[in-house]
Amino acid sequence: MSTTLERNAPIAPPEYEQHPKRKWQDYFGFSTDHKVIGIQYLVTAFFFYFIGGALAEVMRTELSTPDPDFVQPEFYNQLLTMHGTIMLFLWIIPAGAAFANYLIPLMIGAEDMAFPRLNAVAFWMIPPGGILLMSSFFNGAPQAGWTSYPPLSLISGKSGEEIWILSILILGTSSMFGAINFVTTILLMRMPDMDIHSMPLFCWSMLATSGLILLGTPVLGAALILLSFDLLAGTAFFNPAGGGDPIVYQHMFWFYSHPAVYIMILPFFGAISEILPVHARKPVFGYRAIAYSSLAISFLGLIVWAHHMFSSGTPGWLRMFFMATTMIIAVPTGIKVFSWCATIWGGKLSLNSAFIFAVGFLSSFLIGGLSGVMLAAVPFDIHVHDTYFIVAHFHYVLFGGSVFGLFAAVYHWFPKMTGRMVNETLGRIHFAMTFIGFNITFLPMHQLGLQGMNRRIALYDPQFQTLNMVCTIGSYILALSTFPFIINIIWSLYKGEKAGRNPWRALTLEWQTASPPIIENFEEEPVLWAGPYDYGIDTETIDGNEDVEDMLAAVSAEG
Amino acid sequence: MTLISLWYGQNHGLLPTAASSDAGDVDQLFNFMMTIATGLFLLVEGVLVYSVIKFRRVKGDFTDGPPIEGNVPLEIVWTAIPTVIVFILSIYSFEIYNRMGGLDPMTAGDPGPQMAHAHHHSQLVALDPNRQNIALGLGASPDSKQGINPLEIKVNGIQYAWVFTYPETGVISGEIHVPVNRPVALNMTAGDVIHAFWLPEFRIKQDVIPGRVTNLVFTPNQIGQYPVVCAELCGAYHGGMKTQLYVQSEEDYQKWIQENTFAMNDEDNQSVAMNPIPSSDAEFLAPYAKDMGVSSDTLAQLKPTENK
Repeated sequence: MSTTLERNAPIAPPEYEQHPKRKWQDYFGFSTDHKVIGIQYLVTAFFFYFIGGALAEVMRTELSTPDPDFVQPEFYNQLLTMHGTIMLFLWIIPAGAAFANYLIPLMIGAEDMAFPRLNAVAFWMIPPGGILLMSSFFNGAPQAGWTSYPPLSLISGKSGEEIWILSILILGTSSMFGAINFVTTILLMRMPDMDIHSMPLFCWSMLATSGLILLGTPVLGAALILLSFDLLAGTAFFNPAGGGDPIVYQHMFWFYSHPAVYIMILPFFGAISEILPVHARKPVFGYRAIAYSSLAISFLGLIVWAHHMFSSGTPGWLRMFFMATTMIIAVPTGIKVFSWCATIWGGKLSLNSAFIFAVGFLSSFLIGGLSGVMLAAVPFDIHVHDTYFIVAHFHYVLFGGSVFGLFAAVYHWFPKMTGRMVNETLGRIHFAMTFIGFNITFLPMHQLGLQGMNRRIALYDPQFQTLNMVCTIGSYILALSTFPFIINIIWSLYKGEKAGRNPWRALTLEWQTASPPIIENFEEEPVLWAGPYDYGIDTETIDGNEDVEDMLAAVSAEG
Repeated sequence: MTLISLWYGQNHGLLPTAASSDAGDVDQLFNFMMTIATGLFLLVEGVLVYSVIKFRRVKGDFTDGPPIEGNVPLEIVWTAIPTVIVFILSIYSFEIYNRMGGLDPMTAGDPGPQMAHAHHHSQLVALDPNRQNIALGLGASPDSKQGINPLEIKVNGIQYAWVFTYPETGVISGEIHVPVNRPVALNMTAGDVIHAFWLPEFRIKQDVIPGRVTNLVFTPNQIGQYPVVCAELCGAYHGGMKTQLYVQSEEDYQKWIQENTFAMNDEDNQSVAMNPIPSSDAEFLAPYAKDMGVSSDTLAQLKPTENK
């Protein structure tokens, strides 16, 4: 590895200033630059996050009292449907795609994605899909839940439901275009020196994610098109009134939508695997175990879908099969969690915003993982299915997991994307409020579910009011926590300290170019002079008189 | 740590009363899982908290940590331990599930969807009542007393009410009354959309699906009044779709059946308007009735049972 080091020296040429820079207009146009597209994805995703979050706050306000007094029950059902759909399809999935777009070519030393135009098309399907979905509020938003089970979805408002179907089809297609790009780019466009076992773990996790997208999304598409026929043309694929079978829809829906959970969490598993070693100054513990466990999760994720249907139309033997496969997923997930813990153990931890969000991710996702194993056990799942225990569980996985991972990723790569550092104080306040608000909101929901509160209800038994009140207060803290975040991002964008090339002294390739990276990504063919996580070794050059740190500092000073 | 886990696993106080022996089994499974989960939780959170405190970077120290890239024996251990845990959990859950009657061969075979209109015909709901066959759900426990004939009740879920029919006596009710210590077999279907029949105190739940029959068998062992909750989104007033399950002594149950049988007969001779005593369900639903679009038929179905 060190032998290639000398070639690295002249990497920062003096004519750096001559590179063309991105104009702000580029970010609003049909750009084929993966970095522009990545930022377009990220900003769009956060725009929808604020809408989805506002809907959640309306729901929590309604649930502070047992009676449906703040909003009408019908509107409540529209809120819960839209909240779920927006958060999943317009926030977390696009946010994962944002980092994949931004980082994959940089991490593997490529100039751009394999299919830049397809990439731009994929992004530009999201705003129309999102606006279409929002438009349903003006003529009766869908109200059958984000699962849209027939027959309910067939009888509760035609236009809203059809708009929902169309926008999911658009967003799903966009997600498939993205996945085609990720797989091709990762497999074919790595720089010559980088074999598949020396690419960053984020790329492994995107490989696993993209596989799931490509296998799962078409099935969802098929289900939704058939549902659309039932809705508009009066066919009876799923409508029992004409001899159709609503359970078949559930199978097709969950065949995509369980893997979708991994589509939402795997990119952030990857991000965490990048963030922890950098800020702990230690190699990632068990590179291959983490890489292969992503693939294992991805494969197993395809054969567990019916655990969402244990109390539905699933015969006994099938329940047992899906219980076994679901339980097994705990093994690769456990490997990851233990490996991450071992990565920070004995390191030299910088407790900056990115790192504390990553630790917050570990501690919250753990709870979601443990309750997930419990839910795999059929006899227990039968009790808590469709209750607040489930609501608590998936928020611990998707909020405690994906969202904490997402914020960690934002704080970690913000200097790369903008060339400026974030404000650490505001970042830590953001973390503290998010973490506290999150746990106050969702921890009591476990108890609510066990005690007998079902989900998706605007009116509930008065005995549950105290705990619901607690949840509502927590959700307000969570809402307030976005303010330090927004202020931080805007302030740092203009006033933040200049970041330089590699403020974290990280080893992956995206940090070896300018911040923000020049349009062609790298000055010249990048050189792989260290593995992605070779911290603690290789600190001496071959002559033995210059530290890598010194050299990196020199490099960033020049940059 | 082990002690805390063991203690918390048994004393979390998170579950409501268990009103059947199967519910007790489920609780034991949950307590067992809670014990393991608490242990793992303390272990991992402990490592995190310890690391964050102990391994902070000293100010001004820009060197790296030790270059440990992995440890194969350790990795094998933490792959093997979860594997063993989930293996044990799977076997334990399988055992409990079997004890609950989930693998009753008669229940496990699903005949597939029936034509939706067919559920109005009683023939289809109980293809063969004596063998409690058909459909999805939980059957009789293998070790249940074979001698006792289960009490059959037909359940119909409609937006937003439950209707219970007792084929033995012809009683139709909006509440469900059952005698204690006798197995109850529910044959369930839905009239419009999917609902789910949930008895939190019995830890059982089964979706109720239009065009199909699902069933649940349980044996209550504690006299009392328990909520019946719909647990599948079924429309705007999904949250209001609940009723009560009364577990009564054999005498009280017989009394209730008789009163309601008479009431039904009375009803035949009177017009509905002559019987103005409102039911608790009707009272509950009345304010919402207009919004919910509950037809007068639906309310009338509930009424005869509430004359007491």
